[in-house]
Amino acid sequence: MMACLLEAPLRISVLSEVTATSRHYVDRLFDPDPQNVLQGVIDMKNAVIGNNRQKANLIVLGAVPRLLYLLQQSSSSLELRTECAVVLGSLAMGTENNIKSLVDCHIIPALLQGLLCSDLIFIEACLRCLRTVFISPVTPVQLLYTDPTVIPHLMSLLSRSQHTQEYITQIFAHCCKTPEHQTVLFNHGAIQNIAPLLISPSFKVRMQALKCFSVLAYENAQVSMTLVNVLVDGEQLSQVFVRMMQRDKPIEMQLTAAKCLTYMCRAGAIRTDDNCIVLKTLPCLVRMCSKERLLEERVEGAETLAYLMEPDIELQRIASVTDHLVSMLADYFKYPSSVSAITDIKRLDHDLKHAHELRQAAFKLYASLGSNDEDIRKKITETENMMDRIVSGLSESSIKVRLAAVRCLHSLSRSVQQLRTSFHDHAVWKPLMKLLQNAPDEVLVMASSTLCNLLLEFSPSKEPILESGVIELLCSLTQSDSPALRVNGIWALMNMAFQADQKVKVEIVRALGTEQLFRLLSDPDTNVLMKTLGLLRNLLSTRPHIDQVMSSHGKQIMQAVTLILEGEHSIEVKEQTLCILANIADGNTAKELIMTNDDMLQKIKYYMGHSNVKLQLAATFCISNLIWNEEDGEELRTRGSCGGSQERQDKLRDMGFVDILHKLTQASDPNLCDRAKTAMQQYLA
Amino acid sequence: TNPRLCLTAPIEFGVGHVVDGTSLVSAVCTAQGFVFNYSTHTSLLSADISALLLLTGDPAFNYQEHELNERLKRLYPAVNEEETPLPRSWSPKDKYSYIGLSQNNLRVHYKGHGKNHKDAASVRATHPIPAACGIYYFEVKIVSKGRDGYMGIGLSAQGVNMNRLPGWDKHSYGYHGDDGHSFCSSGTGQPYGPTFTTGDVIGCCVNLINNTCFYTKNGHSLGVAFTDLPPNLYPTVGLQTPGEIVDANFGQQPFVFDIEDYMSEWRAKIHSMIARFPIGERLGDWQSVLQNMVSSYLVHHGYCATAMAFSRATETMIQEDQTSIKNRQRIQKLVLAGRVGEAIDATQQLYPGLLEHNPNLLFMLKCRQFVEMVNGTDSEVRCFSVHSPKSQDSYPGSPNLSPRHGATNAHVHNTGNTDTLHTNIFEYAMHASKAKHIKLNLFTNVVYLHSPETSSAVDCVFWCVDSDSEMEIEAEHYSNGVTESSTRIMNGTYKHQEILQADDSSVDDSCSSRQLCGGNQAATERMIQFGRELQALSEQLCRQYGKNATHKKMLQDAFSLLAYSDPWNCPVGQQLDPMQREAICSALNSAILESQNLPKQPPLMLALGQATECVQLMARVRSGSCSFARVDNFLH
Repeated sequence: MMACLLEAPLRISVLSEVTATSRHYVDRLFDPDPQNVLQGVIDMKNAVIGNNRQKANLIVLGAVPRLLYLLQQSSSSLELRTECAVVLGSLAMGTENNIKSLVDCHIIPALLQGLLCSDLIFIEACLRCLRTVFISPVTPVQLLYTDPTVIPHLMSLLSRSQHTQEYITQIFAHCCKTPEHQTVLFNHGAIQNIAPLLISPSFKVRMQALKCFSVLAYENAQVSMTLVNVLVDGEQLSQVFVRMMQRDKPIEMQLTAAKCLTYMCRAGAIRTDDNCIVLKTLPCLVRMCSKERLLEERVEGAETLAYLMEPDIELQRIASVTDHLVSMLADYFKYPSSVSAITDIKRLDHDLKHAHELRQAAFKLYASLGSNDEDIRKKITETENMMDRIVSGLSESSIKVRLAAVRCLHSLSRSVQQLRTSFHDHAVWKPLMKLLQNAPDEVLVMASSTLCNLLLEFSPSKEPILESGVIELLCSLTQSDSPALRVNGIWALMNMAFQADQKVKVEIVRALGTEQLFRLLSDPDTNVLMKTLGLLRNLLSTRPHIDQVMSSHGKQIMQAVTLILEGEHSIEVKEQTLCILANIADGNTAKELIMTNDDMLQKIKYYMGHSNVKLQLAATFCISNLIWNEEDGEELRTRGSCGGSQERQDKLRDMGFVDILHKLTQASDPNLCDRAKTAMQQYLA
Repeated sequence: TNPRLCLTAPIEFGVGHVVDGTSLVSAVCTAQGFVFNYSTHTSLLSADISALLLLTGDPAFNYQEHELNERLKRLYPAVNEEETPLPRSWSPKDKYSYIGLSQNNLRVHYKGHGKNHKDAASVRATHPIPAACGIYYFEVKIVSKGRDGYMGIGLSAQGVNMNRLPGWDKHSYGYHGDDGHSFCSSGTGQPYGPTFTTGDVIGCCVNLINNTCFYTKNGHSLGVAFTDLPPNLYPTVGLQTPGEIVDANFGQQPFVFDIEDYMSEWRAKIHSMIARFPIGERLGDWQSVLQNMVSSYLVHHGYCATAMAFSRATETMIQEDQTSIKNRQRIQKLVLAGRVGEAIDATQQLYPGLLEHNPNLLFMLKCRQFVEMVNGTDSEVRCFSVHSPKSQDSYPGSPNLSPRHGATNAHVHNTGNTDTLHTNIFEYAMHASKAKHIKLNLFTNVVYLHSPETSSAVDCVFWCVDSDSEMEIEAEHYSNGVTESSTRIMNGTYKHQEILQADDSSVDDSCSSRQLCGGNQAATERMIQFGRELQALSEQLCRQYGKNATHKKMLQDAFSLLAYSDPWNCPVGQQLDPMQREAICSALNSAILESQNLPKQPPLMLALGQATECVQLMARVRSGSCSFARVDNFLH
């Protein structure tokens, strides 16, 4: 309050033109006669209505602190206090700066205090002003939650009148932004208190109550689960929402009701095959994407629909054939239209403002549509200029659009066919690589994930990407703090190493560095560990490569393998590690690293008798490789250190592996049984 | 700031602007003696149905037929099936020979060779889709896709070759199961939707407002398939390979797709189009037109106090002077109370020469007077009764209180100008803001009743609110004064209610003992004498104007009452029903008004009649929006 008072004189000097009348209004607030003060406030009310300049003048002249003072004084008459609240509400209806000034003057606690009064008219005036302040983007929503008694008191005021209902639900709908807010409101009985308002005779109340439920249910399983069991006038809440989606209802209502059901569905409270989702919510959201809707509605509709069907292939399939959705979305890229540029500057401005939003919403929806079904992906890429649009989307200035475009690309990149055709034709990798150079983490995650798919062995883009020096980039990703980026980096390297040239493998090992490689093997994130093992496995394939890698890094690799096999790891990790061991056993010289390591042989023996068939199989595979009769064995023996297959077989027999293999030929698992038999045959050969 | 005009709202005319909304109202207001005959057939359909139900034997079939009729009536209320019957099955006459029909002509199977496209075969429904449907829908279930699943579902005009699948020829449209393509009068299809096969339900919706068509698959809309459709298309299916079987649902069963939801969207669209019809600069004109409509209606029916209050509030002029209105009101009350003799006297006294110039009317009145004598209500026989003192303001005695009719029958049911229109409530809200805008809301909630409760049925509730320019506050805080505390003036009702209440007490006890002329001997003699005078009058009129069959019948019917011991329960007893007074009352009122050079029908009724007629005309000129612009939608 002090800040306001001090500021005022300064600004006065600047605004020398502040009219005498404005000053007169403020002066009258200080009149000793309360009757004159009341008349002054009423006159002020009439003067400021619809007059932003007057509002600004009065704020500058320090009317707010005085009005607040009068509003809070218990000696003021109720009429005066009410009129003060009305004037403050009117001031709040002005510009954002007005709101800021009001908040700076601590209007919120003052008005919240006012709610404790028993007079309904006064409460309504306070609530109306609070509503206007709270729905402004410049007001920190946290101010609603600072005093813990406020929310329960607001809940209790819900029963007072339609106006209190409208204002309070509107405040809740705007101030529920985090899971904590949801919990606070939920714990104070928001659901039970607000649900009956859904059948209020007042449209405004119904609408704001509906909005409350949409913000309460968003990504909140607790709220959503509670909502499905709520009855309103004997009717299930989901049915009330379905009625609100009827096509003759106002669009805002249809859209918000669809959001509520979407959020409840995503939170697991309603099944995705429930009729209210399949036959009502989904078609309603598709309608929201149509050309007849406002641009804002189309954006919200598309985003909500994308969210609804993201995890469910059946919904994706239905949406893809509903009302030509795929081609309807192509219209989202036609803003600003060429017509609007010429004819109407206002429309151009409007279009421009929404163009980015529309594009990103369309990309998001395409991404969701194409995330599982091959036919849908085909349909999307065949939509007019779609690949070009994605490509140009990747380099747009708006980060939201870039992110959505790369999400879309990622979704489409899950298709072998698309990778081979449209992705290659449009050289998608180029903008993608550019995007990877310096982008925020969220974009990087998506882009690198897409890159992983582009680096798959059958992808024709793999070669040009390799040539563009991607290895360094990927190696740097593996050093990121974000687990998702580390996974993607190592994943891409793994894909790259699959059936790669010796040159590429050497380059990967060089660029990554053994130190980093082993750091990744002890990564806290299991995914990173798995992909790193995968990379190792891919590096250790084909005999010459195995021997070469093992000759330079054998010691460290064996150490790492030991560590993992001894550590607390999942079956999958251990299986992958045993597979690496099996690959090593397939090398010519590399074999010896295992044969000379009795400890390792004991471990293999242990896993051959493990209760998990997968691990048994991998260990048996490893032994099978060790006892294999080599045709080129002679040549190698002359070259050096390692002994022939006969020696290995003898050693292994001595260690009791034959008995185990014999036992395994009786195994119930056919694969394991076969593998053991094959290995046994080597002894007979 | 557009006024919401619910009553005479202009309607979009599809073909050729028959009349435009603004001229409609002015025409009504200026043209005096402008007569419009209107009648509707809405009630006929239900009669047909019940007749049909009595004729057919199979109870299951009856049930389905009943379901069908109910559903069709609900979906297409604007369709007059007398003029344009709805499709109910496939036509056994309008099909190719390779098509077989079964199950009440709803199941279609293929019975040709199915070698190639030359073996394709189609069948059309029994009738084309009437434009008055507004939105038409049918579904086809694929029972079996047969050998290759070459099924086509769609529409075709009469005369299109049936040795083809729908869509291949001019005026033929189809969606094919094998490739999911749509065929728009062409041998080559366009990619349209998914393929369909055994177990799928395909729906076809024709929008006759914008002449488009979309399909549905298992309840999901697939989007627009065709635009610029011609009128009079028939539902059509085509099959091409052996084993293909499909079942049609023209409304026999609930549809998989929620067509009523789609219709509701269009209904809302049309209604908002009507409500938002731009009237531009003519705002003031419209306001005064509407005010005059209300005012003249009140005046016409003699609701004097209400009319005066209304004209004070709206500052409108009333053409007729107050005494004249009151006189008419008095005469009407007398007729409706069954005191026709007094009514005749009053008319002769107040409007000398009127009845002399209208011998037909006089004769009708006298006939009615005779009937009322039988009834025991006319004062010439009532004066013999000991029970009831003759009084100016209360009408005791048996059947003079008209029976109450339920307000449920909201059908426009006008035969000539006989029925009485009762305006239930006029809510007239006027926001006159200090600034430049004058906003006017007029909701006319008109209920048609056959009851002669004219004097009591009108509650004219209106309020005027002066609002200053504080729009911001009003919109949010003070709800524009339209709250419980606003000025509500109940007008012109209380007096009549008192009268009727006084009657109520005497109804019950007298009902059981109805006797000719109230059971009084002298009265009966007076009645006989009056009958002779009536006979003489009839003969005189006959001499003067020639034979009049209507008069003869009227007289015969009236005299026949005496042939029965209990006239109230005899074949001609209907005449004694107080409801019968309405027609004569209305005729007399009109005659008086005409003699004063005032319109014999209130402009409101004319406008209503004209609007009703226009909507019917729209159906005939194939403007589908008529389905959702029905006059009854605006009458409650």
